[in-house]
Amino acid sequence: MHEWALAEGVVNTALEIAQNKNLRRVKTILLKVGEIQQIDLEVFDFALKELSKDTILEKAEIKYENFPAYLSCNVCGYKWSFYETFNKLNEEEKEAIHFVPETIHVYIKCPKCGSHDFEITEGRGVFIEDVL
Amino acid sequence: MKLIDPRLSIIEKRLENIKRIIPVASGKGGVGKSTVSAFLALLLKEKNYKVGLLDLDLYGPSLHIFLNNSHSFPKEEYGLIPVNINNIDFMSIIYFTQNKPLIMRGKELTDTLIEIFTITRWNPLDFLIIDMPPGMGEILLDLIRLINRLEFLIVTNSTRIAMETVEKLINFLKEQNIPILGLIENMKIGDQDFVREKCNSLGIPYIGNISFYDNLENYYGNYNEIINSPISKEISQIVNFFA
Ligand SMILES: Nc1ncnc2c1ncn2[C@@H]1O[C@H](COP(=O)(O)OP(=O)(O)O)[C@@H](O)[C@H]1O
Ligand SMILES: [Mg+2]
Ligand SMILES: [Zn+2]
Repeated sequence: MHEWALAEGVVNTALEIAQNKNLRRVKTILLKVGEIQQIDLEVFDFALKELSKDTILEKAEIKYENFPAYLSCNVCGYKWSFYETFNKLNEEEKEAIHFVPETIHVYIKCPKCGSHDFEITEGRGVFIEDVL
Repeated sequence: MKLIDPRLSIIEKRLENIKRIIPVASGKGGVGKSTVSAFLALLLKEKNYKVGLLDLDLYGPSLHIFLNNSHSFPKEEYGLIPVNINNIDFMSIIYFTQNKPLIMRGKELTDTLIEIFTITRWNPLDFLIIDMPPGMGEILLDLIRLINRLEFLIVTNSTRIAMETVEKLINFLKEQNIPILGLIENMKIGDQDFVREKCNSLGIPYIGNISFYDNLENYYGNYNEIINSPISKEISQIVNFFA
């Protein structure tokens, strides 16, 4: 149910942006959704629509761009996709990462050197790209 | 347009039903920030205040030991509801790490802090006590950047070595015009007054001192023993200072 907490942030922020741009109605909201947070898009979309009711966002089309996540080892330089290591995690570990993506450092290590010291180069969480 | 983080706009709202937010900080490690945070929460609760306790020492969370709770999980409800332990609403990174090391750098500390504030839905509170990590890095700076009504409680011990760093934190906060409730001298040894004098010269209240207790850790995890311990009696004086 993290989706609701994030959706609230999206709606709040989109309203702020729309206001700054003097939009009377929002037609489109462009979102980038990183893989690591494992957002359930159906729940997220439902939450966004519910929370947009009676606002200028109400009829907006919400476009989601999913983007894959990549990790880069700070020790040996190896780069890999989150997807490769994600499948080895159990449900509890996946859930922890869903809530706090940085806990990925607890459950995943560099496939090459075994270090937990790596960087999330792409695909962490949810961002607003634009409000039109 | 630059990518915008939607979480930032929600943080103030998440905290709107909290009357006072008190980070317990020092700059220095090992001086008793966590101990003071925990006792403070407990004793405020004993006075029938609604109290939340947040462990932000992400590399070394410890309040769960004091509260004897690491295996619950916050309830999911449009986010996460803190775990209620003896009527204190508690949140810690420990619930997501299975007590394993969580190593991370720079921006990731910031993201963790933002995520915790985004997902945590506090019940209405009189006090949110925040146990701070040592140092003056991301957690301190982001907290100050994101929340504008903090009242810092400073903890030190009786040594010049600790005070050397504590003084830097105090000066930093003062320069940023961030309210400081005052300072607590913990594990007081000897009868020298230099910490008190330092407070006078820095212009911040010296709230009081806490003695050194040999067998303090024996009480941890046992609610009744903690409440009736001699250290509680001493710390309740301190609690009277601001509640
Ligand atoms: N007044 C005290 N008397 C005896 N031991 C104390 C006292 N205050 C703290 N301690 C002990 O000192 C250690 C460090 O305290 P802690 O609260 O973890 O410090 P910090 O959070 O500042 O790193 C702990 O083992 C704690 O039990
Ligand atoms: Mg501590
Ligand atoms: Zn590596």
